[in-house]
Amino acid sequence: MRWMKHREALLALLILVLIGVVGLRAPLFLSLSSMSNVLTDSTLLMMLALTQMLVIVTRGIDLSIASNLALSGMMTALLASKFPQLSVAVIILAALGIGLFLGLINGWLIGYLNLPPIVVTLGTMSVYRGLVFVLSGGAWVSSRQMPAAFIAFPLTHLWGISHLVWLAAIAVIVTWFIARYTHFGRDLYAIGNQPVAARYVGIAISQRLMWTYGLSGMMAGLCGYLWVARYAVAYTEIAYGFEFTVIAACVIGGISIAGGVGSVAGAVLGALFLSVINNALPIVKISPFWQSALTGIVILTAVVINARGNTKNGRQILSLQSLDPSARPLQSKERETV
Amino acid sequence: MGRWETLLGILFIVVFVANSFLLPNFFDFYNLADSTFNFSEKALIALPMALLIICREIDISVSGILALSSVAMGLAHHYGMPAPGLLFVAIATGTACGFLNGFLVTRFALPSIVVTIGTASLFRGLSSVILGDQAFTGYPQLLVDWGQGYFFDVIPREFVVMLVFAVLFAVLLHATSWGRKIYAIGNNPVAARFSGIAVNRYRLALFMLTGAMAGLAGFLLTGRIGSTRPNIALGWELEIITMVILGGVSIAGGAGSIGGVLLAVLTLGMVTYGLALANIPGIIMTIVVGLLLLITIALPRLLRR
Repeated sequence: MRWMKHREALLALLILVLIGVVGLRAPLFLSLSSMSNVLTDSTLLMMLALTQMLVIVTRGIDLSIASNLALSGMMTALLASKFPQLSVAVIILAALGIGLFLGLINGWLIGYLNLPPIVVTLGTMSVYRGLVFVLSGGAWVSSRQMPAAFIAFPLTHLWGISHLVWLAAIAVIVTWFIARYTHFGRDLYAIGNQPVAARYVGIAISQRLMWTYGLSGMMAGLCGYLWVARYAVAYTEIAYGFEFTVIAACVIGGISIAGGVGSVAGAVLGALFLSVINNALPIVKISPFWQSALTGIVILTAVVINARGNTKNGRQILSLQSLDPSARPLQSKERETV
Repeated sequence: MGRWETLLGILFIVVFVANSFLLPNFFDFYNLADSTFNFSEKALIALPMALLIICREIDISVSGILALSSVAMGLAHHYGMPAPGLLFVAIATGTACGFLNGFLVTRFALPSIVVTIGTASLFRGLSSVILGDQAFTGYPQLLVDWGQGYFFDVIPREFVVMLVFAVLFAVLLHATSWGRKIYAIGNNPVAARFSGIAVNRYRLALFMLTGAMAGLAGFLLTGRIGSTRPNIALGWELEIITMVILGGVSIAGGAGSIGGVLLAVLTLGMVTYGLALANIPGIIMTIVVGLLLLITIALPRLLRR
């Protein structure tokens, strides 16, 4: 595990270098307010990457989180606009509950019916996104319809730090504790590493998977409320395509899509890295049109770097040439990896 | 034909009959023919995507490739390339994008879902870098002819192109040794490798084929809507993958048929057309498609319990 830690230290170093380089071009970037802006901007991505990390560790993937976020966000926005007297605490509980329920649907289909995660979450992603439209009738819920306390909560400061950052910090600590010190968390790594062996040692795979997707959904629900409140608007297309950004953050953080490998630090750093890039672009006067292309290059670089050493070649005992004299020379074939 | 295709066939007939009973104007031949515009381009990409998924790979970047191909056409047109050359530009761009995907997947032994999430962002990003907040318009008549035109004034050309390619792909997958090897790779890549199939060469070729078809779809779509914008074909990759999975192709690889994919495409097309005639907004369609997908994969499991 030592080289894993090394990799995350490297990523942290890379982020610091990036901040330093941007700071040289534009010292304004290094100011406290600008840095806290970057941190606040990264919170939602970070929180979603944390639970997505748990899902990916089990060899799964949750494509429905952005739709879940939109649906939970829309439902809480509608709830708050219909019942303005509800306290923010009730709203947050509602958001958590809605998200959890939507996540558990994924989890039940994947855990108990043994269906492939990518297909299930592809399906629920469409359904949830469509339901946002059905619920709202395609209309926007604007800031005028939402109560002031509802909108103010995410960016309200407590001891000088915004609620968003506090919530993200709590999420980081809770996820770290789950992944590191609970049976539940350790089981997820076992499932991802060796599903068959995990079953033989008596891990309740179905139940574990169901609650992993439940957690992922619950986080998406919470982020749904935070997103809607922060930007003070709810509409059908909210967070469209964001699931890929979240997965990208995980990939950059060294979480292996093949399962079994991933850490909280990786998810956090991956999300921070993407946020720093996105916030730095306008400051160094690179057109925002470059944002997506740069993100793509960063993802590809990260996976290529992570992949080195992961390429296990099967050993071939008989050369193909010896089986078939007309076969091409061995050299060209040996380079192929299976 | 396997059981899945039979089920899909029944579903198709049910949808068709239900539509014709419920909707008075369903059998308007011109409307029916025009409804094929909605899915022909997506289906063109679904065909190679089926091969990729059978081969245990996936390509999330297809709509990014389509966008970049369309942008390349726009640039080429801007610099005076004649109309037939634009088709070449679109397909060449798509093939090059597919090569990049395939190269990264095979050279570094990376999971294709991760690589293509990255290149999806890259391709669409490059499109928006080139386009900025502009759009390419004013394409030549040839593109309009192929994008919106008809054969014999009734059958949309795009639909015919799609059918021709469906036949080509069906022959390729089901009647050649090339196709058999794709199944072999999907079932067990390691065993396929050891039995002498150049697995990575097949993977690379399939990614390039998918890119080329996305380029072709880009040519047709650009002609149909007459412009190139950064958000062209946004989100198509998931609809295309849905078509393929609904068509009975196993996401775990090794199983599926072109006939199934074609049936799924036509069934979805009929559902969309019916909903459109009934004045139901397009986004409701996403719920229907999502539920169809979930029910079709969950039902066999539930029944077997």
